[in-house]
Amino acid sequence: MEMVDKQSYNFAYLDEQTKRMIRRALLKAVAIPGYQVPFASREMPMPYGWGTGGIQVTAAVIGPEDVLKVIDQGSDDTTNAVSIRKFFTKVTNVETTEDTAKATVIQTRHRIPETDLTEGQILVYQVPIPEPLRFLEPRETETRKMHAMEEYGLMHVKLYEDISQHGEIATTYAYPVEVAGRYMMDPSPTPKFDNPKMDRMPALQLFGAGREKRIYAIPPYTTVKSLDFDDHKFSIQKWEQPCALCGAEESFLDEVILDDHGGRMFVCSDSHFCQTRQDEGHRGEMSPGHPLQKREGVQ
Amino acid sequence: MSEMMRVENIAKSFTLHVQQGAVIPVFKNINMTMNAGDCIALTGASGAGKSTFMRMVYANYVCHEGNIFVRHLNDWVDMVHAEPHTILNVRRHTLGYVSQFLRVIPRVSTLDVVMEPMKIFGIAAEEAQVKAEGLLARLNIPPALWSLSPLTFSGGEQQRVNIARGFATEYPIMLLDEPTASLDAENKAIVLDLITEAKDRGTAILGIFHDAAARDAICTSEFDISQYRVASDA
Amino acid sequence: MTPQDPLLTVRDIAVHYGDRVGCEQVSFDLFPGEVLGIVGESGSGKSTLLNAVSGQLLPSAGSIHYNTRLSDVREIYEMSEPERRFLMRTDWAFVHQNPRDGLRMGVSAGANIGERLMGVGWRHYGEIRGTAASWLGKVEIADDRMDDTPSTFSGGMQQRLQIARNLVSGPRLVFMDEPTGGLDVSVQARLLDLLRGLVADLNLSVVIVTHDLAVARLLSHRLMVMQGGRVVESGLTDQVLDDPQHPYSQLLVSSILQV
Repeated sequence: MEMVDKQSYNFAYLDEQTKRMIRRALLKAVAIPGYQVPFASREMPMPYGWGTGGIQVTAAVIGPEDVLKVIDQGSDDTTNAVSIRKFFTKVTNVETTEDTAKATVIQTRHRIPETDLTEGQILVYQVPIPEPLRFLEPRETETRKMHAMEEYGLMHVKLYEDISQHGEIATTYAYPVEVAGRYMMDPSPTPKFDNPKMDRMPALQLFGAGREKRIYAIPPYTTVKSLDFDDHKFSIQKWEQPCALCGAEESFLDEVILDDHGGRMFVCSDSHFCQTRQDEGHRGEMSPGHPLQKREGVQ
Repeated sequence: MSEMMRVENIAKSFTLHVQQGAVIPVFKNINMTMNAGDCIALTGASGAGKSTFMRMVYANYVCHEGNIFVRHLNDWVDMVHAEPHTILNVRRHTLGYVSQFLRVIPRVSTLDVVMEPMKIFGIAAEEAQVKAEGLLARLNIPPALWSLSPLTFSGGEQQRVNIARGFATEYPIMLLDEPTASLDAENKAIVLDLITEAKDRGTAILGIFHDAAARDAICTSEFDISQYRVASDA
Repeated sequence: MTPQDPLLTVRDIAVHYGDRVGCEQVSFDLFPGEVLGIVGESGSGKSTLLNAVSGQLLPSAGSIHYNTRLSDVREIYEMSEPERRFLMRTDWAFVHQNPRDGLRMGVSAGANIGERLMGVGWRHYGEIRGTAASWLGKVEIADDRMDDTPSTFSGGMQQRLQIARNLVSGPRLVFMDEPTGGLDVSVQARLLDLLRGLVADLNLSVVIVTHDLAVARLLSHRLMVMQGGRVVESGLTDQVLDDPQHPYSQLLVSSILQV
């Protein structure tokens, strides 16, 4: 196969007029935190569901000097992350990194990095379903009115159902939040573990839903409140053991199945965070340098 | 004696649109007054319009001519021209009507049927229940039946439930349409006692009593409606 | 507001569908605690009128004033839409003929009842649940059905749930469109009894549309008979039914089947 000539694409794939259109939508989104701004989503050279919304947002904000990081479920090396990173390398030739602190633009699917983000960074979320009310009210005309008139009782109906069916709020991802005391927002399918990180985050958060043609945003230092009941407070997931590789106790862990005899391990979903800790000398019970490994091996 | 009701020049006819607009005149130019403590018997042959007259006083039938003034609280209300909600207020507080037939919702217990007008009148539930039970017992409705719907009762029992319901609230004016029909002698005497007690309290009573003995026993005067009859054109 | 002031004042309402008349020249007052029945055959304009006076269908002409809790009288279509919608889900209620139109079929009975409470800011799960349980009791649904979805309920239970869901916010004005329409007779009687009790206990003002004159007699204080989009006769319920004056009212009353 022939290498495609980079010169045959405009910088960041989209033409300048399209980027302007998206930036206008982004400006409006930043001006009205949490409000879903319609935009003329373009066909991208990949299927819906692969992050076409996030890619268009990234394409509209990225410049030649930016440093890009792309993660999928917290990991820099899964298929989706790799292919999006390659795409932008090809159409922008910007520098890419796995180092959260070094990146200026981070495109993510389903996670917020464990390392605190800082001013000047932009976090771009890929969003499949932007409408938090849709689960209970399928009519778009009606949900738009509910947003406009701040009629959000329905959102608590969903949480009520959780408690009545499971004894607690069982929603663990796409957990609804109230942005800047006004708009109800779906934080995309990030785990609720990451919700507190959205609150008053120094970085700019942008959300793009390609198939649904919606953009929304949380400007830096905006209040983001996770919904709850007075007698059933919002809480994040906790694990009974630390990361098996780096020993971190405060990070979001993925379960990894090791064999078909029930063997499994829990490791940080943020692969760069985990690797950095290991490089610094932190050890989990399954990492090569751990005392347990020297004696009996894995249980 | 204070005047409780004043009927002025009323007339009634029925127009039957479903029967080629046939007009059936009933009576005209009726005038009468009723004072507190009066018990007036409406008399006249069958078809003279006794029930029709009574229903007009209750505003159940439309009156096209004349006025029917009823003393309601400290005002006079013209039942012919008053607004529906005013008429309902008069019915709740001033004007009681015991018809020959009991009309109730299926499933509602006899006790609740009797208590209902008292509740609407504003009497507390406990007090209303005591009073309802007392009346039902007095009218020989066995306590075992109180929790059942009166729809399954015999005609005489239904009539007595209807009377208990009508007399539970002490209206200043009462309309009684054959309250003792279909009752045996014992129960008839009880009903006549109830009427007498009401009359002694100062209630103004207008009644239709086919039983002459009963009429003579309790009525202070008679009002023959036949004299106002209008002959039909037909 | 004094008891003598009407809660709802409707003047010369007309709804036109293009050249066709939905309803025309309809005026009435509704007083606190009063139940107004609207009867007439299919196509007589009664549902159109109900939709117009309940804030769901902008009339072509006329005015609808509502005496709000804050003691000021407001024209409902001159309110802002958020105000009107807030009114409709707090101080007003609408009971649909088909409970599926008035319930969220995908969420539990408890959540269906709790929705209005959460909508006005209730944020204590235990209190919401307790209130929902007490309302289930009032509409005679066992509390062990609280976490079941309405799709597992019978038609009568669904209708009772719809009523609880509507009344939990303590509305003063309730609109009902053939509330007993799709139910069989024994279930209908139970529902009528329940409705009558609730209306009296809560001192509700009600506008109820029905084609069933027996339902109208049992529930309503006052009746309006509609034909061809117009009110041809109105008055006390028993007066209209026992001594109807208009040819159409006489026809309606004489058409009732005797059991």
